[in-house]
Amino acid sequence: MVARVADVSMRRRSFLQGLGLVAGGLTLGLLDEAEALAAPPAKAGAKAAGAPEGLSPNPFVHVSPAGEVVVVCQRSEMGQGVRSSLHVVIADELGADLARVRVVQAEGDKKYGDQNTDGSRSVRNDWVKLRQMGAMARTQLVAVAATRWRVPATECVARDHAVWHDRSKRTLGFGELAVDAGKLRVPDVKKIQLRPRSELRHVGTELPLRDGPDIVTGRGQFGADVKLPGMLVAVVERPPVVGGKVATFDATKALAVKGVRKVVELPTPQGAPAFQPRGGVAVIADHTWAAMRGRAALSITWDHGPNEIYDSDAYREQILSSVRAPGQVMRKVGDVDKAFAEAARTLEAEYYLPHLAHAAMEPPAALASFKDGACEVWATTQNPQAARTEVARALGIGEDKVKVNVTLVGGGFGRKSKADFVSEAALLSREAQAPVRVQWTREDDIRHDYFHTVSAQSLKVALDKDGKVTAWRHRTAFPPIPSTFDATQKRPSEGELGQGVLDLPLAIPNVQAEAGEAPAHVRIGWLRSVCNIFHGFAIGTFVDEVAHARGQDPRATWLDILGPARNLTPEEAGVKKIPNYGTPIADHPVEVGGLRNVIEKVTELSGWEAKRKAGQALGLSAHRSFLTSVAVVASAKRGKDGKPVIDEVWIVADAGLIVNAERVRSQLEGAVIFGMSVLFHGAITMRKGAVEQTNFRDYPVMRIGEAPRRIHVHVVPSEARPGGVGEPGVPPVAPAIANALFALDGTRHRQLPLSAKRPG
Amino acid sequence: MIALRVNGTEHTVDADPDMPLLWVVRDLIGLTGTKYGCGEALCGACVVHLDGEAVRACVTPISKAAGRSVTTIEGLSKDGNHPLQKAWVELGVPQCGYCQSGQIMSAAALLAKKPKPTNAEIDTSLAGNICRCGTYTRIRAAVRVAAGLPKEE
Repeated sequence: MVARVADVSMRRRSFLQGLGLVAGGLTLGLLDEAEALAAPPAKAGAKAAGAPEGLSPNPFVHVSPAGEVVVVCQRSEMGQGVRSSLHVVIADELGADLARVRVVQAEGDKKYGDQNTDGSRSVRNDWVKLRQMGAMARTQLVAVAATRWRVPATECVARDHAVWHDRSKRTLGFGELAVDAGKLRVPDVKKIQLRPRSELRHVGTELPLRDGPDIVTGRGQFGADVKLPGMLVAVVERPPVVGGKVATFDATKALAVKGVRKVVELPTPQGAPAFQPRGGVAVIADHTWAAMRGRAALSITWDHGPNEIYDSDAYREQILSSVRAPGQVMRKVGDVDKAFAEAARTLEAEYYLPHLAHAAMEPPAALASFKDGACEVWATTQNPQAARTEVARALGIGEDKVKVNVTLVGGGFGRKSKADFVSEAALLSREAQAPVRVQWTREDDIRHDYFHTVSAQSLKVALDKDGKVTAWRHRTAFPPIPSTFDATQKRPSEGELGQGVLDLPLAIPNVQAEAGEAPAHVRIGWLRSVCNIFHGFAIGTFVDEVAHARGQDPRATWLDILGPARNLTPEEAGVKKIPNYGTPIADHPVEVGGLRNVIEKVTELSGWEAKRKAGQALGLSAHRSFLTSVAVVASAKRGKDGKPVIDEVWIVADAGLIVNAERVRSQLEGAVIFGMSVLFHGAITMRKGAVEQTNFRDYPVMRIGEAPRRIHVHVVPSEARPGGVGEPGVPPVAPAIANALFALDGTRHRQLPLSAKRPG
Repeated sequence: MIALRVNGTEHTVDADPDMPLLWVVRDLIGLTGTKYGCGEALCGACVVHLDGEAVRACVTPISKAAGRSVTTIEGLSKDGNHPLQKAWVELGVPQCGYCQSGQIMSAAALLAKKPKPTNAEIDTSLAGNICRCGTYTRIRAAVRVAAGLPKEE
């Protein structure tokens, strides 16, 4: 028995080494797999000791003697469909029957490689890795069958949950082979053969929603739904201003509320906010309602700290000033100033987009049970490994003493990559000496978010006498995400500028992009498509403005400005590097042809030319992000009440190879609605450093009555390396609709949102 | 002590009369299919039926439910076979799924009164139910399919 454990441990190590070597081509993957390599072998062995009987060549797949295939979903399910998609890649590569595949959700563990579910990276980064995991198991099952039949393994095939030797018409089920296969040495990942794409039967098809039946019956378990015996519930009053802290508090009245057990002050975060809890005062009670009422009865005075100066009106002027002056040059081709001086005319416009809150329908919630120096957590987290690290840090214990279980995530959009709320639960469980669920209210969620950043941009072009664009200058200023981790960061980072500014193909001889200073006074986070939201909006609107300035069809202007099909190089772009979402451009080039193609396709499908000639108000925009090109056409009409109605939207995406066509379609439909919220609705504003909004009353998002009558989705058939899907649909939506509204009534929208009071 | 019937089962709970039905159902009775989204009747994630009427459990004090019959998503059908639940799965409506029990409960109250609703009636009945993932076009289609209507108006 002992020998067997050691054996398994050896095999785990060889798997990890193999994975590390294979990941050499993937920049993001490399880091992740390096982390996996660093996992101590003893730990891997300990895990393997408890492994069930059968074949477990790697942490992702297990074949039981009964023939059940268990596949681990290591990414978090938050509506994008990973739990209905990723297992199919492994199962197809293995040759498993999907009806006999069970999906289990991974806890946070480095042995799975990267688990941070954001950046639209699940399929784009894991596609090859998941195939390898399935192929390892297949190789072993085939090897056992071939040995039993005394035939070459090359004559055997795995399909329909069995290995077949077609010539002799013999077959053995996976279950019959699993135990012996588990005794074999795990094959070298570098040497295993992946199947030809044509044999991956389900990849690219419309696959069923695995969690659908659980969700529609209320059985699906989200962050707040996990129960433990003796658990308590905590609600926290956090400092209204980032960097603020509790000066004094009086808990007398809170403690008098029936059901309240304890009132605890949480530690004040040190240094940059990062993923630390915000501090404040927690009320721990028997149930959620008692905790909420207890919190309402707290009396707290705050020391607000230096960010009390943050005022959105003043700040808007500050960052607009920033883009009215030269910034740090981040992209340069030719000489824009000379071109402006020599131009027949110039066109310039400023854009301002507010802070946004994620406002996922499920507010943050986590349950923690701290006992005997160890902590187990159940959380709605997009990043269970970060949650594990943060909980360990907050408690001052080793990560090996922390277990993070991942529930269904009731919407994430980037918010739930940050584990501040998970650490709160851990700290409070230790204080209460009982399991504690921390429940964020909607008000907490809106007021204490890691906000999408506020931004100002200035775009300017030079036109020659024929209307040809001879120069393009893009200035952008926004508090950057790195400021959340390092307070000295006050300018947009290269990675953020890589989201639409540095990587925009421009067939224009003089190009310059500049980054302006914009210090942060709140925690800046990433929201679905991140900086592409505002860069895509400004670029998409400005191209339309240029088209109208020169009296041309916007479609023609788009194609003219992007230029001919080619791969954008750093030299052409005038940048040191095209960040390209962490993927080398050699592996996944910026294909201008791909962007042109989605524009051509969406205008074809929407009947762009005929409808425009007939006087219909259509708007177009396009944007490449997360390695995927997307174009949108929107149709605007006057409603019965005279207000504009967005009647139909067409969205075309080239995401390379896709796994689950049905979930890809649903993501793109959702992206249209998400983009419409950006355009029409919410804005987060600050007064004296504190958020003014509280709930959906004053932070509105799209409702059903505003949704288009039809959303037409087209995904370009492709066998190219996968791009992202969850985010890239969002950026072109708001500008396409804004351009349609311009076509409808001649009003140009450069500040968002449209329906709320003027932001800031 | 307050007595109420939830999904056909009698419950007696020890709760303040002003405790919202949402927290009684979730924390005291242990049925977690009904979700908290806003606490102020703004989002619809907590919709349940009180004697067949759709109500927002987050602002319904338990005193109002005393002696009455509450249906939550868990009690809408025996095996998830309500026409709305079937249509929701068939059309792949949910994304994250968090709002969907409230959406379905609102739609069920609509269909009970209006077996063949128009799109405008669907939009009106579901105006109080937010879906941040943006599944609205599929929600409309699924309500129509559940009502035996063609997917599109």
